[in-house]
Amino acid sequence: MGINLKGASFEGWRRENGRMGVRNHVIILPVDDLSNAAAEAVANNIKGAMAIPHSYGRLQFGADLDLHFRTLIGTGCNPNVAGVIVIGIEPGWTGTIVEGIAKSGKPVEGFAIEQNGDINTIASASRAAYRLVKHASRLKKTKTDIVELWVSTKCGESDTTSGLASCPTVGNAFDKLWANGNTLVFGETSEITGGEHLVAARCRTPEIRDRFMFMFDRYQALIEKNKTSDLSDSQPTKGNIEGGLTTIEEKALGNIQKIGKHCLVDGVLDKAEDPTHPGLWFMDSSSAAAEMVTLCAASGYAVHFFPTGQGNVIGNPILPVIKLTANPRTQRTMSEHMDVDVTGLLQKTMNMDDAGEALLDCMLRTADGELTAAELLGHREFSLTRLYESA
Amino acid sequence: MTIHFVVHDEGDSVGVVVVEGLTASNRIQGWVMDQDKMIDFDAKSDIPIGHKIAIKPIKAGDTIIKYGVDIGKAIADIAAGEHLHVHNVKTKRW
Repeated sequence: MGINLKGASFEGWRRENGRMGVRNHVIILPVDDLSNAAAEAVANNIKGAMAIPHSYGRLQFGADLDLHFRTLIGTGCNPNVAGVIVIGIEPGWTGTIVEGIAKSGKPVEGFAIEQNGDINTIASASRAAYRLVKHASRLKKTKTDIVELWVSTKCGESDTTSGLASCPTVGNAFDKLWANGNTLVFGETSEITGGEHLVAARCRTPEIRDRFMFMFDRYQALIEKNKTSDLSDSQPTKGNIEGGLTTIEEKALGNIQKIGKHCLVDGVLDKAEDPTHPGLWFMDSSSAAAEMVTLCAASGYAVHFFPTGQGNVIGNPILPVIKLTANPRTQRTMSEHMDVDVTGLLQKTMNMDDAGEALLDCMLRTADGELTAAELLGHREFSLTRLYESA
Repeated sequence: MTIHFVVHDEGDSVGVVVVEGLTASNRIQGWVMDQDKMIDFDAKSDIPIGHKIAIKPIKAGDTIIKYGVDIGKAIADIAAGEHLHVHNVKTKRW
């Protein structure tokens, strides 16, 4: 195939803040669980609008509330989104989300249900969504250099084939994208356990290393505080164990193959924070697939690489998730979920450079608009990370 | 030629079965990735795809090495060729 990233391009949408998106969604974003019904009604009224329901947003406080706001605002600001309708139970927090998204220059309108009721809110918000979808449908794609594509990664329902082949395939692609100057992210803090010294050694500066170890130790302290066992069946999961992974250390060593052999960690993000320069970022994050991918979308990433062993079926409402597997049983039984087949790596009928290029080729096609398996199957998992109980 | 199991590094304690339906009687072939060489072996357990086979004798308490790195400890003796998983290996963390 011989993909040369230098000079490669894709056609996407240039947003008001300068970022390039690869999808053109109009989203109906509830602030809280109470507003899901209205959001879904608006999306039902206006074709081309998509509701993103979720379970939280009430009585949260402190760092947990900050994360809630950051995640919703980040989702609205993601360049794969053309416009946003925000619906909340009351106008205060609704306004906070609207103002946060408006800073990106993107069209956004907010609606509160109290003193209006669902029916009037749905009517007003539907008219606004109508205008936004009309606006989005008029936007023209423009061609740009591939360096403007932000790529995230997280693996799921991993097994031993993930560490042998599908995660190293992402690593091969990440090494090439990193050398090209792209903006990349990985995370899954608990799932580094046993390989934290290897990630620390890849941090570009002592300051970045200290910040990474701060995030790692913070997560370990959370686990130590709350654990009632060695976490077997949770981390590794039942599915991981069924797939042959025995310990968290083994799982972690497979997981970190995704950062390849050469790229250095250029910065560390807290959950749903925006990267401030190109390079590879570590984001402190849950290892649960939908939570992590939701955080990547909120950080502004436009395409996601998702290696799986046993066959995680995840997608995201706004971030196209490209799935790859090296497990021949998974490829045989769940092929409709897979975008890139790298099973040949385990029989030496494919080499790692070929696999990395197959993934990059899929990435370029996805960036140009080809739908992923998860998009075709309607996987829109949107899972907010909670730090602790509500007040 | 079918590759039945794959080993990351020749210093590792284990390989990973990459074919379905491996049974105890099988004479099997493994590929050591980092050194890119083939090794022959007798499977002593039925081992599902993705699960690990011990490629050297291991005693209870020994550290298990994979990717050239510590992935946990044996809680029972494990013969070369046997299935190695949660019944005989545990994490050293948590």
